[in-house]
Amino acid sequence: MTDDLDDLKAMMTAATPKPDPAKRAADLALAQKNFETLQGSRDALRPTPVTGPKGLWTGVKEMFGAITSKGGLTATTALVACGFLLTPAGQDMWRGGLQEANTTFVGDAKVEQALAEADANFTTAEIVADREMEMVDELALIAPSAPAMMDAGPARARTATDSLAVSGGLAPVIAEEYVLLPEASTESFANADESPLKVTSEAPVSTFSIDVDTASYAVVRSSIMRGALPPADAVRVEELVNYFPYAYPAPEAGGAPFRPTVSVMDTPWNADTQLVHIAIQGELPAVEDRPPLNLVFLIDTSGSMADPTKLPLLKQSFLLMLDQLRPEDEVAIVEYAGSAGEVLAPTKAEDRTKIRAALESLGAGGSTNGQGGLEQAYAVAESMTADGEVSRVLLATDGDFNVGLSHPSALEDFIAEKRETGTFLSVLGFGRGNLQDATMQALAQNGNGTAAYIDTLSEAQKVLVDQLTGALFPIASDVKIQVEFDPQQIAEYRLIGYETRALNREDFNNDKVDAGDLGAGHTVTALYEVTPVGSPARLSDPLRYTAEGPAAEPENEIGFLKLRYKEPGAETSELLETPILRDRTAGGEAQFAAAVAGFGQILRGSDYITSWSIGDAIALAGAHRGEDTFGYRAEAIRLMQLAKTLKGE
Amino acid sequence: MTIRTRLTYVMRMTTTDEDLAVAAASGDGAAFASLLDRHYDRLFAFCFRMTGARAEAEDLTQDICAALPAKLTSYEKRAKVTTWLYRVALNAAQDRRRRQATRDKAATGWGDWEVARTATNAEAAAQIDWLTEAMTQLTPDLRDTLALILDDMTHAEAADVMGVSEGTISWRVSEAKKALKAIKEKEASL
Repeated sequence: MTDDLDDLKAMMTAATPKPDPAKRAADLALAQKNFETLQGSRDALRPTPVTGPKGLWTGVKEMFGAITSKGGLTATTALVACGFLLTPAGQDMWRGGLQEANTTFVGDAKVEQALAEADANFTTAEIVADREMEMVDELALIAPSAPAMMDAGPARARTATDSLAVSGGLAPVIAEEYVLLPEASTESFANADESPLKVTSEAPVSTFSIDVDTASYAVVRSSIMRGALPPADAVRVEELVNYFPYAYPAPEAGGAPFRPTVSVMDTPWNADTQLVHIAIQGELPAVEDRPPLNLVFLIDTSGSMADPTKLPLLKQSFLLMLDQLRPEDEVAIVEYAGSAGEVLAPTKAEDRTKIRAALESLGAGGSTNGQGGLEQAYAVAESMTADGEVSRVLLATDGDFNVGLSHPSALEDFIAEKRETGTFLSVLGFGRGNLQDATMQALAQNGNGTAAYIDTLSEAQKVLVDQLTGALFPIASDVKIQVEFDPQQIAEYRLIGYETRALNREDFNNDKVDAGDLGAGHTVTALYEVTPVGSPARLSDPLRYTAEGPAAEPENEIGFLKLRYKEPGAETSELLETPILRDRTAGGEAQFAAAVAGFGQILRGSDYITSWSIGDAIALAGAHRGEDTFGYRAEAIRLMQLAKTLKGE
Repeated sequence: MTIRTRLTYVMRMTTTDEDLAVAAASGDGAAFASLLDRHYDRLFAFCFRMTGARAEAEDLTQDICAALPAKLTSYEKRAKVTTWLYRVALNAAQDRRRRQATRDKAATGWGDWEVARTATNAEAAAQIDWLTEAMTQLTPDLRDTLALILDDMTHAEAADVMGVSEGTISWRVSEAKKALKAIKEKEASL
């Protein structure tokens, strides 16, 4: 029978004419003209971006208030549909966040209603007509015979789109957009405006939560490897910096579970400022001592996971990880698509063949119900937990949480509640194109886990093998950092990165406020760029009437660092304190961190880096590569070189 | 109060269709031009296969080109550009057919084409006759499915384009094969 098809194919190929070159050129020109007209009209209609209020972040709980998540958007599909039509790209609207969308389109109930009707009915002319008349007008000019539609009488209203379609106009297409494609989606990223410069005399205290996520680095890498600079909002500088393991001084046995080290160095990108480098090194308990692990793999098997960079990579990644488990560790697998189901009941890791078979039986199909799957995974995890054991749900998804999630914060609450009962959640993102980075981040933050993005098998190796212990064994929870600068010494300061992790000053002492967790052996790095009093780099003028008094003698102590953390499972926090001294004692590790931070800020389009380039970052990183056992830093330098080319430096 | 310039992608020969489409969707005219240029020939060929007449295919291609800028907003990066483009083309063809049906001109494209081809040489004509007849006898669904499958699409990809299950595609292909076989047998018995 295939013969028939092959014959047919050969004939078909022979019969298919080449397009007429003149016609081809005309079509391309028409398309381009429409493209530009559409851009123009959209630009005109595009709402002025309203810069959101700064400093409103009150920690991870607030994240959902401002991040954009597909789940959240589902509720206001109509608004989003408008957004797609009225802005050059939906992304712009998404980046601005829901609030912006709301303020822009509130009061346009008519369109919304029209959309609702259109859902049930196929396109009716009114949808296009009402608000989009202006646009249709323009489009009508392009389509040669489209004016037919413009004088269509009321009687023909219902078929107006049809007649337009006959004439090859654009309008029916737009109308169809509303109806057929309500969730034209793209990736959404959690990010806030770059942390602003603070004047020390006005706001001497800076508070934030640690962040050990690395997802942003992998997203940046995947973009660059595909030949494009990453979208600015995909770059979270602290996640780039924290992607790399650093050799910071280790904590002393028997003391706090981690050790902070503070040092100061000259800022690579500004000769007149300095960088305060805060390093935290977590202790690494002997692996033999670790309690048995209970892992529930919660695997998204929706249709979108069929891509080779998703489910197949996920299977390979988990197989890698299996080899790291000890015989007495237990593994269960729950999949979720249209409905959730247990694929593998809790099984000891020694029964590798059974686990492997279960993993390999997974296939992609259906839509996604993130919440149903989560509930089941938690139920399984709880059934596995014995005293003194660690249970963790490892959620692997491409980010679809669009079915069954009426309100993102409900899911967030659910995870936070389960966290209290001792089951944690980590999120692994797979594949590009639909990555709901913001949702992933918020879920992991609330589940005391990490969010990692896995784009290659070597990234799986890093996350699931090299750093498995750290990812799965928290040694300190709710780690918060508060820095107070001395206004007599430091005129201005700026926290680099951690935009999504800012906390209110009073949150620091409030043990109820959640913050990031530190895993075994993790390192965390934070950098402040500080401008000493009297430095020519100072951006704000000193106050005329001020309590600052006459310039004080430069003192060695320029600020004070406080850290709060809880022992895993503890209710009350412990405090660590150390002064920040002016001595430029930072070593090579800090230099490398600074190089990465500089690179990240260039990618973000930071206003604070002016004359420094990616080339400078490459030189600095190259000079401080250190031991680099796993080759992560070498890879980062290659990425920087690619980015340099892409940026046309 | 940062003023951000619009995200710009750097175009290179190796830039994927998907990146081009995303760049185009965010307003990059050069990316759009380059994307359409890459796919125009394939698009035209596909239109021809669905309609069976050069004039029809040209009109359809023009419609699609005119509409494509607005359609771009619907592009999802998780989809391959070709899949998305074929879906757009398929919808456009179906719309066109629906409108034509009212004028009772459905499925006559291949007939028109048959008339135009009489000038070509006899041997090729015999084969193409068979093709023409075969295609006109198929229902539009089967014909569109075949058009996709004959364009080196897998059943899964075709299913994605047409928004039906892979099973449906397989069934349609086997139906189409049956129909073709029937035609062949009919010819043989003549």
